[in-house]
Formats: sequence, structure tokens, C-alpha cells
Amino acid sequence: MKVRVYVSLKNGVLDPQGRAIQHSLEGLGFSGVRDVRAGRLIELEVDETVTDAQLDEMCQKLLANMVIENYRVERISA
Amino acid sequence: MKKNFRAAVITFPGSNCDRDMAVALEEVTGEDVFRVWHGDAELPADLDFIALPGGFSYGDYLRSGAMAARSPIMRAVVEAAGHGVPVLGVCNGFQVLTEAGLLPGALMRNAGIRFVCREVALTVENNQTLFTAGYMKGQRIRIPVAHHDGNYFADEATLDRLEGEGRVAFRYAEEVNGSARQIAGVLNEAGNVLGMMPHPERMIEQAQGGIDGRALFESAVRGLVGA
Repeated sequence: MKVRVYVSLKNGVLDPQGRAIQHSLEGLGFSGVRDVRAGRLIELEVDETVTDAQLDEMCQKLLANMVIENYRVERISA
Repeated sequence: MKKNFRAAVITFPGSNCDRDMAVALEEVTGEDVFRVWHGDAELPADLDFIALPGGFSYGDYLRSGAMAARSPIMRAVVEAAGHGVPVLGVCNGFQVLTEAGLLPGALMRNAGIRFVCREVALTVENNQTLFTAGYMKGQRIRIPVAHHDGNYFADEATLDRLEGEGRVAFRYAEEVNGSARQIAGVLNEAGNVLGMMPHPERMIEQAQGGIDGRALFESAVRGLVGA
């Protein structure tokens, strides 16, 4: 089964990359972009036996840095 | 200096300041330095000092220092740190220490996005530590930085606690990377783990342009031998 883990910066954590992307969009002539936050999408292919608790543990121990990031786990049916 | 000072430098795949670190330690201690590979499960016995060098361990995959912090040798480093063995992490080594949970906070992308590679001015904020006893409080020193992810972040409560407990060892005396409260180096609660983005091992001999980094290593060595 496919699992998607979305990792994003916590609210209040400054995102220099997001800000640079926003500036580039403005430079390309796109207006109306109020904010940009850059995150990370990690796709895992896991056995059906892998539990939600185990996925949480994977996120907290490695995939996300809980000091600065949040994560969201999404199971995708095959 | 103490005879048989036992220092180790850990090398991860992608470390590139490990030799500089070993040379600096050998220069200051007059002893050979153990070189330890990230895949080793154990450290040499009875170490007096462990250094995590700069570089781009594991190509900075996932996050700077994230993969290295989960490598086999780091379990041994965390255990040694818990027993009071001094641990110095420089640049990528600092990132590894935060990722391993030995130091609070995180090192984010520089606020200016760009890689910063130049000599910067630092202020010694606390000279009552194992690593900074050889400096004067408030002393201005010059040490090079070379990093992309040196923007120190921690929540306000953590920052207040670090400052209150004298755990900010060094602060940038100029704008470098957007670090919270200009923090360049922090200590753990017990004071035996120091992480810093600037490279003291690159300021050991006059031929390198200055010797402002030398006192850090001398402090640690003297502190341990009580000289």
C-alpha cells in the first residue's frame, strides 16, 4: 500500500525558501500570492501490516523534525 | 599537555572537515587522534573528547544532519555524552547534534537563502564553560563560517532558558544567517556538549589567518587535565 507523508514547517517558523519562491513568482509577474510555504512529500510503499502507530513513529523519529515541522500521513488505497 | 589524551573524530559519508578537525586536535594535544567511521557501533574506550566535523553528511538528504544522527555510531556518542564525555559538533556536526537530540533547537536554511562562506566576528558570551575557559567573557574573535543551513531556531521559551542558563556560548557579532538572537553556538544542560556553526579548527595556526579557534581546544584539554 502507498502512504504519503506530508512534512511542512510549523506555523510561526520562518520559511526562507518559501519567501524566495514568492519573490520569484512576483518577479515572473504573478500577482496576488500572499504567502508561500515549501514542504516535502515523502511516498512510502508499505506492507498492509504496517500500523498507523508505526507510521507515526517513523515520522517522529526520522521523517519530520518535530522542533520545526509538522507532518500528516495519508494512506492511498492501491 | 596531558599525555595520552584520547580524542576521536567521527567521519560520516560526506564529512569534509574531519581531517582539519583531527589535525587541530593533534596540534593542540600532541597526541594521535582516533578516526572513527559512522558505521562503527562502538567508540574507542575511555575517550576524553569526541568531535563531530563539518561537511555534508549523507549529502544533506532529508535534512542536514538527519541521516547521520541516526547512524550506528551516534548511539554510542549519545551514550558517551550522557556519561559526561565532552562532545564538540562543528557546522554539520552541530546539525547532527540537534538532530540527535543532544542539543535543543534546529538549524534551518540561512535567512538570506545563500550559502555563507566567510570569516565572521563572534562574541564569547560565556567563558565559564569547558570549551570557552580560555577566552574572556565578551571577547570578540574571528572564525570562518561555511554553511547553507546555519539559521538557528528554537521556540522563545527554549531561547529564554538557554540564555538564562548561560548556555549560549557564542553569538554572531554581525548578521550572518538569521539565527535567533544571533546564536552561533549552544551548550547542553550539563555543559559537556557544544554545537557551533563557525569552524574553530580552521583558526589554529597563523598560517590559517589567525589562531582565535585554538583557545577552544586548549580550554577543553586543560579543563580535562585540570592544569
